This record gives sequence, structure tokens and C-alpha cells, in this order.
Amino acid sequence: MAFASDAPKDGFRLSMLIYDTRYRSYTIQIVVLVLFAMAVAWLLNNTAQNLAARGKEFNFAFLWQRAGYDIGQQIIPYTNDSSHFRALLVGLINTLVVAFFGCIFATVLGVVIGVLRLSKNWLVSRLMTVYVEIFRNVPLLLWILLTYVILSETTFQPKDFRLTDEMVAAGQPPLASMMFFDSVAVTNRGTNIPSPLFERGLGTVDLGFLSLNLTLLAVIAVIVGSVWVNRRILASARVTQEATGIRPVTWWKSILVLFAPIIVLLVAMGFHLEVPTLQGFNFKGGILIAHSFTAMVIALTLYTAAFIAEIVRAGIQAISRGQSEAAFALGLRPGRTMNLVILPQALRVIIPPLISQYLNLTKNTSLGIAVSYLDLRGTLGGITLNQTGRELECMLLMMLIYLTISLTISAVMNMYNKSVQLKAR
Amino acid sequence: MKKSVFFGALAATTMVAGLAGATTLDDVKARGELICGSNTGLTGFGAPDASGNWTGFDVDLCRAIAAAVLGDAKKVKFVPTTGETRFTALQSGEVDLLVRNSTWTFSRDTELALDFVAVNYYDGQGFMVRKDLGVSSAKELDGATVCIQTGTTTELNLADFFKQNNITYQPVTVADDSEGQRQYLAGACDAYTTDASGLAASRATLPDAENHVILPEIISKEPLGPVVRHGDNNWGDVVRWTYYALLIAEEKGITSANIEEVLASTTDEEVKRLLGASGDMGVKIGLDNAAFKNAIAAVGNYGEIFARNIGEGTSINLARGLNALWTQGGLQYAPPLR
Amino acid sequence: MDQHFARTEMLPPMTPPITERGAVKWLRENLFSTPFNIALTLFGIAVIYLLVRASLPWWLNSVWNASSLSECRQIVEAAAGTGATGACWAMIREWWGAFIFGFYPPDQWWRPILAFGFLMAALAPVLFSGQTRNLTIVLVVVAVFLALTLWLAGTPGIAFGLAALVVIGMLALAQVQPGKLIWFTLIYPALCFWLLWGGSVWSPIVAMAGFGVLYVVFRQASPFIGLAPAAGAGVLAAVLWWLYLDKALVDVLHGVVPLALQSINSDQFGGFLLAIVIGITGISFSLPIGILLALGRQSDMLIVKTLSVGFIEFIRGVPLITLLFTASLLLQYFLPPGTNFDIILRVIILVTFFAAAYLAEVIRGGLAALPRGQYEAADALGLDYWRAQRLIILPQALKISIPSIVSTFIGLFKDTTLVAFVGLMDPLKGVTQIVRADINWKGIYWEPYIFVGTIFFLICFGMSRYSMYLEKKLKTDHR
Repeated sequence: MAFASDAPKDGFRLSMLIYDTRYRSYTIQIVVLVLFAMAVAWLLNNTAQNLAARGKEFNFAFLWQRAGYDIGQQIIPYTNDSSHFRALLVGLINTLVVAFFGCIFATVLGVVIGVLRLSKNWLVSRLMTVYVEIFRNVPLLLWILLTYVILSETTFQPKDFRLTDEMVAAGQPPLASMMFFDSVAVTNRGTNIPSPLFERGLGTVDLGFLSLNLTLLAVIAVIVGSVWVNRRILASARVTQEATGIRPVTWWKSILVLFAPIIVLLVAMGFHLEVPTLQGFNFKGGILIAHSFTAMVIALTLYTAAFIAEIVRAGIQAISRGQSEAAFALGLRPGRTMNLVILPQALRVIIPPLISQYLNLTKNTSLGIAVSYLDLRGTLGGITLNQTGRELECMLLMMLIYLTISLTISAVMNMYNKSVQLKAR
Repeated sequence: MKKSVFFGALAATTMVAGLAGATTLDDVKARGELICGSNTGLTGFGAPDASGNWTGFDVDLCRAIAAAVLGDAKKVKFVPTTGETRFTALQSGEVDLLVRNSTWTFSRDTELALDFVAVNYYDGQGFMVRKDLGVSSAKELDGATVCIQTGTTTELNLADFFKQNNITYQPVTVADDSEGQRQYLAGACDAYTTDASGLAASRATLPDAENHVILPEIISKEPLGPVVRHGDNNWGDVVRWTYYALLIAEEKGITSANIEEVLASTTDEEVKRLLGASGDMGVKIGLDNAAFKNAIAAVGNYGEIFARNIGEGTSINLARGLNALWTQGGLQYAPPLR
Repeated sequence: MDQHFARTEMLPPMTPPITERGAVKWLRENLFSTPFNIALTLFGIAVIYLLVRASLPWWLNSVWNASSLSECRQIVEAAAGTGATGACWAMIREWWGAFIFGFYPPDQWWRPILAFGFLMAALAPVLFSGQTRNLTIVLVVVAVFLALTLWLAGTPGIAFGLAALVVIGMLALAQVQPGKLIWFTLIYPALCFWLLWGGSVWSPIVAMAGFGVLYVVFRQASPFIGLAPAAGAGVLAAVLWWLYLDKALVDVLHGVVPLALQSINSDQFGGFLLAIVIGITGISFSLPIGILLALGRQSDMLIVKTLSVGFIEFIRGVPLITLLFTASLLLQYFLPPGTNFDIILRVIILVTFFAAAYLAEVIRGGLAALPRGQYEAADALGLDYWRAQRLIILPQALKISIPSIVSTFIGLFKDTTLVAFVGLMDPLKGVTQIVRADINWKGIYWEPYIFVGTIFFLICFGMSRYSMYLEKKLKTDHR
């Protein structure tokens, strides 16, 4: 390549598209765009040809056909007469529920383990190291499978809860008994917990695609209202304190505001718990939490907690020792030092990688396939796809939904991250 | 950059030549190998052993077809497919045929653009329960927990059955047969439902088989059979008639052991046509005249395949039942070979 | 008179009180310092006790010799009384080959072993370029490993001899010109491909020759038409070579010198062999793509940036399992009708995309961690974009990213277990599923999972420790 010793002459030559930095970036971008458009067109053309060759068409009408299969865990009402779209919604909600509980439990467990790993207690810190290394270095799939089998192999069958006449005669108790004042039964099919019931509930309003439970809404509204009023009370107390130096007594007001309205509401609606009882083959009444769900939550929690623990540990270690020494010099105890000085600062370091762990956990819920947990992949990407043979539509829709979930989570968490980071210096 | 050569070479060698417009039969002959979609592992029907040799009832049908088309029952590649991937694998040409205990239904035959060419096993969906449950009919299963495999027709049948009888159930979905059996044994479900053959196979391998019963109700028809792509009729004929050849062989008493004797001594015209001694049945569907003979010699007749893999005396211990020849009160009936 | 009393000789130091020395001190400080710590310790002991109590009999009653699960159970009950449970490792004895190699023919097992050994030898020049001492250590380790495993796998003498020759040659080269060893790394992909899949020796050689074509065309054309068009012409020539000449040339050469290994079908790959093949090819293909994506994401060009971000966010936003189903169910919709290739190759393509998106983010982190001064210095030296990237930015950014690249790889390696859901024989679920369908072992559950889990743990733990070591070693800043 020759070096130009003079300034280039004016006037445009074609070679300037490549060699002149003023134009080069446009050239490259246009080339890339054209190539991209060609690739997309090629893919679309192939897809159209392949669809035609298999005698299929691309439409989503099948979503409104009868699904015909049952789903074990349904948070919104669903029967096998519902549409595939409804099944999709049920699956989506199941995905979100697992992800929600998984994130919460994994965070709590991860923070505890991360802190304990730095503990001065030799035994505990070693145990936590072993925990972290074992869970991080073995595939999640294995943890899901093992948790599931442990749950169903180590718990009792429903019939073991029954007190037969022979047992009464022999004065023996049944093999298994319910927990928490006979309200929760853990069988090898799932966990039966009491369900809240209302004698005079407010009913539901059907909005077409989803039905709103007014009772639940009322309860939520009252709780939110109470908390808000309580905050106002505390805020006004603070104002008084700042103005006069004396903090008015507020605890009885707080208790009244927080608890009275909800109790009144519950009593008015005739709230009671429906406790599961053993009838026929199974426990009836209450809510059945299937083991596939429990196993997913436990396995995701344990696995992700190991990663979160490492993040927390790194975050804490990133805070300079001077901070904790200063806190000790102020006379704070180790526990308070951690809560008031170290963790709030470590949080800024912790949050960004934590977000990506939440995203991973959410995406990992799709491993429910291993225990046949009917999440979004199990309904839309599993049975619906299989029964209708619409793999293109089902897969695209499923990816789109997962993508939306991921982007939403990262957007929300990034907003939170920004709000935390802004307070820094 | 150096990596992409590996990629290119990999693609070049593993890419099965996309011969546009060629029929499956030509593809198979050109390749010298039959690609058969099979189960990921179902005892008795199709599973590999520790050294990778596939055996089973469905597997033997693939071997018979390989023997008929290529003259060698070993020239089969088995591609394990899951409940979700099986039909796509067939549609996209990844496998030449699917013999994976798949139920023949209207929508699969029409909407999925597949052709079910024969029924090599007549099955039906049943229930297995423990004896001490005290249930003698599936209609008494109101409120029971039922283990069921996902991605199969059994889910739909189960939903229909319980709805029809106005009773309820709690489904526990499982991924495959081994898992279903484990759950059932652990007591995680009161009843295990799948094809009756699968139930019988499961029951036979239980350590305490006498404590379990299969309920009398068969709630669905499950005709299981080989599947090919829609539109390639010649290939469909090859698969269909190879299967029927195995049936005719049983009907005529031809086994892999006595086939040469029969060929030498027979006076039966149909047997002669079957074994390629007269007529040109093989050539008419694009094979050798000895195609069916090769198939029978390689794997035996239908009865032999059945007895060897899943019949009475094996650990799966299934009776012929509906799958007996029509002459013995079953449904297996081959059209005349002429 | 003042009387001072002063000690003239030192007293011998007294032994500390019993609570401040030896085991007691250690226990007090490390286990029982505060009530909370005491509670934690007791809790820890309780956890360990419960775990051991629940599983110890099962481990102690292990059976190593049996031909079926029921036989195992009989042996356990005969030894430990009725109702006793015990592990049945006899299953592993029968099936371990499938867990490690899938259905790769046992008499060919030396090939994957050799490929694996050479992989370590090929990585060494990248990690320790030009350092004779480290290279020698690695090569000796490789030699010992290969000698041992190849001997165990019953390798044919000629293969053993050739392998020994290669390793000895590399060792010699490491002493004389360690820099040249990088050539082994460059030919390794073709060698590995040939070892694993077999077939004619000419197909990898001819495929590699495509790069030679690229280079020659580039060198010959660049004086006449300039660098960029010459590069384009080179790529075009190489592509034409691969598309049209490659196959014919291989046939001709093979006709002349028929040198071939037994060809192995992809469907015979399984177990850890499959996991390693998918993992390693995935990560090595994805590294260049990941670098390009990371640079694209940092680029000032709006369209390039948008496309890169779109790709990265899309891949990172969906679960791997949906991508695997795409490989299995959808990929063939997107390719010309009639195209049909191996599910393993399709899975590798999608896994590569997956890993590339994650690596792009890792490398972006490395790029962002570089001080701005480095970019400015590169500009000040008058380097153009690619030279600046190649000579200044990327070497540093990649070095910073190595630990994260390794942890991405560990994640990818663990995720290869998901290929079971598209019908491939991964060690964790695929092979186990087949074992559980075997009539002799129907009903077995814990043993295969524990076996596979342990191997996964050893590999992943080993890699993560190694990356920590590397991180320390590569740290050149003075923090």
C-alpha cells in the first residue's frame, strides 16, 4: 500500500468508498444491511417453500381450538375444553410462578450462604464452600431430577395417613401425620395446604380473556391502603419529632391501622380456611402443590443460590476493610455492621450480576421438561405443539414470550439498579 | 477462521446429499443405509444394549425393511426421537421412516402430512393399579391421581374418559415410561395409564407383580404402526408390503429357520411369489425379487419377532391377543400378495 | 537509700492457659466463639450427621458384581438382612463405556482419547506461547496421560507409535523453537475432526488447503487490486474451493493413496464424548463470532451495532432448550428444501450461536475494563481500526476475559446435558434413560445420576480451579 504524501485532491472517486474514512463507515453499513436483508429474504423464502412442501400454512388459528388435555397445576381456571391459548396462559403463569418463588428463595438463601461463607466459624464456612462448589459444578438438570425423586421417594403415601380399625385396636398411630395443627399434609404426590375461602366473597368479573377475582382485589386494596396510611402516620410522627424533638406515640395507631381494616374485611366476607382431609384416594379440599413444582423451586433455589452466594461474597469482599473497622470503632456489633454498613454498600456491586442470575433462573424454568412440569414450554412448546403439529408457530411464539419476559425483568431490574446506583457519591 | 474449515468439512461429510426430487427409496439405496426413527428407549419395543445394538419389536421391523431394500439387516441407523421431535424428524427427511409405537390418528394422518402404512401392534390404553387399592373398574377411580406420559395421545384419551364418566382425576405428568413406572411404584399415583402393552411390560418387571392388577377397561384404540412421509407412495408400498410379507410368512408357516426348505419344496404359488421364486413382486416396487425372502430370513416372520421381543416367555410376557393372526382370532390380516 | 529491684534475667515464657492453646484454642476461636457461632456449629454437625445417617448404609452395602438389579438386591439382602438397601454399582461396570463414549465402537476408543490428549497439547501453545518450560511440562503431562490411557484402550501399535512420534516431535520443537508450536494448534481442528469421525485422511487435508488457497489468492491479488478486494477475492476462491473442488479432489487423492480411518457415524457419539465435542466445538467456533459481536456492539456504526445488539439480546433472552428445539424442529424450515444434515451438527450450530452471544458480553466486559488510554494510545500511533484491535485492544481485553470465558465454557459444558431433550445421548439423561429401559436394570435410579454427577463435578471443578490459577498467573497489572 502506498502512502499518500499530498492531501487527496478534491473530487469523488469510487475507491474513496473503501479507503476514505469519511465514507467507509457508510459503505460498510450499507453492505451489512444489504447482506442482512438478503439473508432474511433467503430464510423467509426457504421457510415459505418448506411450508408449502409440507402442505402447512402459517397461522395462529389453532390457538383457539379446543386443547383437550388437562394440566395438573392451574392458577387460572382451565379445563380440557379450554382453548390452546388458555393452556398457553396457564403454562405462562406456571413459568412465572416458579421463577418468582425461585428468585425470592434463591436470593435469601444466597445472601445467607454468601455471608456465612465468610464466617469465622471454620465448620460453617467449610460447609458453605462445599455447598457452593458442589452445586455450581454439577448440571442443574441433575439437581432437578434428584430433588424430584427425593420428594416422591421419602414422603408418605396418602393412605399412610389413614387410621385403620386395626391400628386403633392395636393402639398404634398412623404411619404419617399432618403438620401444623393438621392443616398441611405432605404426601408423595404433593403438598396439601389449606386454602382460604370466603362465604360471602365478592365474586368475579369476567373480562373475556381473564376473570378478575374481586375478593382478592379487595384484600389487596385494603392491605395496600393500610400500609399507605401507616406510612403517613409515621411520616407525620417524624415531622413532629423534627419540629418539637419529641416523637409522639404511634404504635397503637399503627397496629390499629394495619390490622383492623383487614380483619373487619375478612370477617365481613366470612373468611375461613379449608383444611385438606383424606377422602377416598387422596386428600381433598385445600390446595395441592404438586411435587414437580416444589422440586423445580427447590432445585432452582439451591442451584442459583450457590451462584448468588459467590456474588454476595465477592460484593462483600469488595468493600474495603476500613469500612468494617470504622463500624467496629463506632461500637457496632458484627451483625449490625453487616446489616447497616457492609451490605448496603455491597449491594451496588451485587445487583448487576444478580440481575443476570434472575434472568438465568427464569430461563432455567424451562427445564421443567425434566419433571414434566407444565410450564410455558410444557403446554405451548410441548403438548400443544405435539397435538397440533404447528412447530413453527408454537416455537416462534414461545421464543417471543420468553424474550419478552427476559427483557421485562432486565428492564425492571436495571431501573432498580439505577435508583440504587444514583445514591452513590 | 481456521475453525470454519472444520465446520465446512463437518458439514460436507455429514450432510446427507439433498437430492432434490429423489424418492426415499432411491435415497436409501444411494446411501446404502436405512435411517429409522426409533424410541429413546422403551423396553421390548426399541432400546440399545450396552454396546449400542438396538433390539426390540419395532427395531426388528426396521431391520426387516433394511434387509428387503438393501439386502442386509444390519444397514440401519437408528435415530432416537422423543415424543416431541419424532414427527418433525420424519417430515424434514431426517429419518426415512418412523417405527416408534406411534398411534395412527386422523389428525396425524392428515394435518401432519404423514402416512401410517400398517399397524404392527394393536394396542389400547389401560390402567394399572395396586390390588390393595380395592378398585376393580376404571370407573371407580373418581378423585384418583393418575400418572400419564406427556406428548402422547393417552393424555387426550384420559381426559375424554374421565369426562365421559363424569368423574375427576389429578394428572401427574411424567416424561417417559421408566419415570412413570418409578412414580407409580413409589405410590405417587394411584393408577398408571399407558398403552396396555406398556402396562403389561411394566407389570412383568415389577418385583411384586402379583400385587398389581391391570383394570379391564381399555379406554381407547391405539393402532401403532410404521409411519412414512405423505406423498411418497412407492416408499409407503415398500414399508407396507415388507410388513405384510412378515405376516404372510407367519400365516404360511415360513420361519427364518425353515425358509430355504420351504423355498425348495413349496408348491404354494403365493409362497413362491413371496419368496421371489415366481413373479416379480419385488421388482414391481423397486426392490429385488428376493427382497421379502431376505427380510424374513433376517428377522423371521411376524410371530417370531413378537415371540422373541415381547411374547410370552420373554420378561415382557405379552399375549398375542388382538395381534394374533386373523386365522387365530386376532386382527393381523395381510391382503393377498398377487 | 534507693533500692531498685530489677530482674536481671528473663523468666521463661509460660505456656498459655489451656483455653488459649492447641486444639482447644482452635475450637474456641473457630467453632465456639459466640453463642451464635455455637448454634451454627451444632447446626452444621446436625446436618452432617443426618446426611451420613441417611446414606451411609446405602454406600456401605454397595454391590460391584451382579448382572441385573434384582440380583443386586438379592445380594444386598443376603448380606445385610431383608429390607436393607444398597448401591448397585455393578450397573456402572456394564455400562461405563456408554457413559463415557456412547456407542463409539470400543476398538476405536483410542481415537477420542487421542483427540482429547492432542487438544491439551494444542491449547498449550496458545496459553504459554514461547515459554519452553511450561510447554514442556504440559507436553510431558499429555504424553503420560496418552501413554496410560491409550495402553488401557488397547490402541493398535501403529497409532500408538504415530502418537508417540507427534508428542516427541512437539517436545523437541518446544526446546528449539517453541513459537512454531502454534502450527499444531492451527491444524488441530482438522486432525481432531479426522480422528473422531474418521474417513479418508484427505478430506481434512483438502479442506485445510482451502485456507492455503485463500492466502495465496490474497497475496497474489493484493498488489494489483488492493487489500480489501484481495481479501474478498481470497474468501471467494476458498469458498469455491470448498463448494466445488473439495469433494472431487478428495476422491481423486483417496483413489491414489487410500489412507483412511474407519468412519464413525454421529449417532454413535454419546455420553461424555458427546458433551465434550459439543462443548468444545461450540466454544471454539463461538469465540471468533463472539469477538466480532462484541466489537459490533461497541461500534459507532448504527446498523452494525443494532444488528449485534439484536442478536445478542435475542439469544440471551430465550432459554437454551428452545434453541435446541429450534435446531431439532425448525432449522430445516429455514434452509433450502431438501437440505438435511445431522442433528448433532444442527445442535452444534445453535449451541455456537448461544455461546457466541454470551461470549460477546464477556468480551465486551473485557473491552470496557480496558483504560481509555489504551484506545487513545492506539489512535495516537496512527493504527487503523483492525490493527489497533489486533495489536493493542484485543490481546489485553481477551486476557482480562479469560476467567469469564472459562466460566462460560463450564456453563456451556453443563448445559450440554440438555441435548437429551432432542433425542441425543448425553451422559446425564440420554444414556441413563437407555440404562433405565434395559430390562436388567429397570428400576435403577440413583447410581447412574451419582456417577455422572461426580464426573461432571470433577471436570467442572477442575476447570474452575485452573481458571483461577490462570487468572493469578496472567495478572500483569500492579494492584
